[in-house]
Amino acid sequence: MNIHEYQAKQLLAKHGAAVPGGEPCKTAEEARQTAAKLLAAGHAKVVVKSQIHAGGRGKGTFKSGFQGGVKLCQTADEAYALAEQMLGKILVTKQTGPDGRKVSTLLVEPGAKIKKEYYLAVLLDRAKSLPLIMASTEGGMDIEEVAAKHPRKILKMHVDPLVGIYPYQARNLAVKLGLKGDLIAQAAKLIMGIYRTWWECDASMVEINPLCIVEMPDGKDAIVCVDGKIGLDDNALYRHADIQAMRDLAEESPLETEASKFNLNYIKLDGNIACMVNGAGLAMATMDIIQHYGGMPANFLDVGGGASKEQVMAAFKIILSDPNVKAILVNIFGGIMDCNTIAQGIVAAVRETGLKLPLVVRLEGNNVELGRQTLAESGLTIISGTTMADAAQKVVAATK
Amino acid sequence: MSILIKPDTKIIVQGITGGFGGRHAQLSLDYGTQVAAGVTPGKGGQLFAGKVPIFDTVAAASKATGAKVSVVFVPPAFAADAILEAVDAKLDLVVCITEGIPIRDMIRVKAVMNGKKTRLIGPNCPGVVCPGPGKDSSGGCRIGIAPGYIHRQGNIGVVSRSGTLTYEAVWQLTCRGVGQSTCVGIGGDPVNGTSHLDILKLFNEDPETHGIIMIGEIGGSAEEEAAEWVKKNCKKPVAGFIAGATAPPGRRMGHAGAIISGGKGTAAAKIAAFKDAGIGVAATPSEMADTLLKMM
Repeated sequence: MNIHEYQAKQLLAKHGAAVPGGEPCKTAEEARQTAAKLLAAGHAKVVVKSQIHAGGRGKGTFKSGFQGGVKLCQTADEAYALAEQMLGKILVTKQTGPDGRKVSTLLVEPGAKIKKEYYLAVLLDRAKSLPLIMASTEGGMDIEEVAAKHPRKILKMHVDPLVGIYPYQARNLAVKLGLKGDLIAQAAKLIMGIYRTWWECDASMVEINPLCIVEMPDGKDAIVCVDGKIGLDDNALYRHADIQAMRDLAEESPLETEASKFNLNYIKLDGNIACMVNGAGLAMATMDIIQHYGGMPANFLDVGGGASKEQVMAAFKIILSDPNVKAILVNIFGGIMDCNTIAQGIVAAVRETGLKLPLVVRLEGNNVELGRQTLAESGLTIISGTTMADAAQKVVAATK
Repeated sequence: MSILIKPDTKIIVQGITGGFGGRHAQLSLDYGTQVAAGVTPGKGGQLFAGKVPIFDTVAAASKATGAKVSVVFVPPAFAADAILEAVDAKLDLVVCITEGIPIRDMIRVKAVMNGKKTRLIGPNCPGVVCPGPGKDSSGGCRIGIAPGYIHRQGNIGVVSRSGTLTYEAVWQLTCRGVGQSTCVGIGGDPVNGTSHLDILKLFNEDPETHGIIMIGEIGGSAEEEAAEWVKKNCKKPVAGFIAGATAPPGRRMGHAGAIISGGKGTAAAKIAAFKDAGIGVAATPSEMADTLLKMM
């Protein structure tokens, strides 16, 4: 699960990492009041930031033609005017695709005077099964680009998960980033807070890009998380009611949300051959073999180990709500489950949904002969595939 | 004969009184597997299926039966604890079937297991099968949720992150009259107990394994590391398949570990590593067995 920047900053602040200290606003009037409060506190500027689950907001364009999803301003009235241009409008960025995303919340926070930008992230090092902190002096840039062009500019540090991060580790990292004087202690506190956010929230990733040295209203330097992105481990959400409440269904694909209600794992793709498979690995392999024979998969869909009649029915309905779909491939390896039960489920689902598109079914496994017979005797035009290769070729042919 | 287990290895089922665990414990008994004990805290003293004794703790189950291998069917919130209980009881092998364990729990389990004798397979895996000599490979050791009858006793080792794709490969072999020494599902999570490489090393040393099928998928770099080792050290033919060539970047494809992130973990990179190591790459998942058999 992903969350908005303002929510990420709430979690960071809760775990001791310094953030600029703004507020989420749902109306232009709220934006005006928040801006007025920040300006009265001595900040010279405020920044109004569109909250969507996609990057590239600053350089994005609203469908209304208004340029930029992140804007600086100097008065409360300007903040009000900016909010009017953004709230309820569709923002298109390089990451949203042409459909863009509707902006329902703005983050209004101090427009800090940035003196230097850094990058900092906490993630899992899969090869070592350890938490990894990555940092770079090249903040604000695409970190993959930095990794490709200047791999030496990326600092890496593992953390022992049984004891957590030591203060000296955080200080050493701050020193390696070139920080001096008071900023070393400040940065160490911040790095420890970012690590704790990752660990305590069961995050899959915490990325601060940029992490900045900013000049405060009193003229002193401070180090704060100017942006913040947090991805969370779905498997751990059950133990974080506060984070579950941050879920924004408007940011998720309605079909994928619907699929998850039936324990189906569905991801929409751009092709025209829908597939329904049991098992994630086999589902990926089915997509691959469709492409191998010249077709394009319309989706990934894993019905899990069971493939009950209810699931098959729900899966058909979800597949069929994609208007691009021209044919369907069902590929089930019914190891334990009775293939005939699966076949009966398919027949019932085809009848109930009134399916008109070509349907190729490849069944393998327990009681497969009877399952194939059930399909053949159903009176429905179901094309039978013997192997994955045979089924894939038949479904591709059906779309030509 | 095989790796990790033998056809007559005795096993303990943790979570034997749960619906999922009970169903698969029964299927293992039907296959002829030596299900020696079950563990469900609070149900010690009862019997499963009228004959398998249930214990309150793994340590007691192991002590009473001599079993040194367990399989975990405990729900995700309690699975990490169940694994560590098996580690503490000094078992040789614990196979965790449970899907959906928080990654943080597994990071901690791995750190605790560091330097301990117990090997972990999984989590989020179909388990391990060592086919037996009987009809439809019965009389073997079936640990987990794989269908037993698709196997056949023989000399091919199979290792995979995916359940149904393992069954696909095994079934292709069996349909061609070729048996398996051991089939190992290492699981689809980003933090797992045993890697492709660990299993390849065991197959390489096992005199009864003559060829290997290695099935990988997008995400991480475990396949590349295994391929690097194969190139330098493996004495046996290896064929492979990588799932996810058509998967979009940044999306988790069912398995928690199956994700291309930051341009890393693509199928293309893994296939290139396989080819570079002399591993036969199946062009489609229908050709996994044939690709290996052509090399032998």
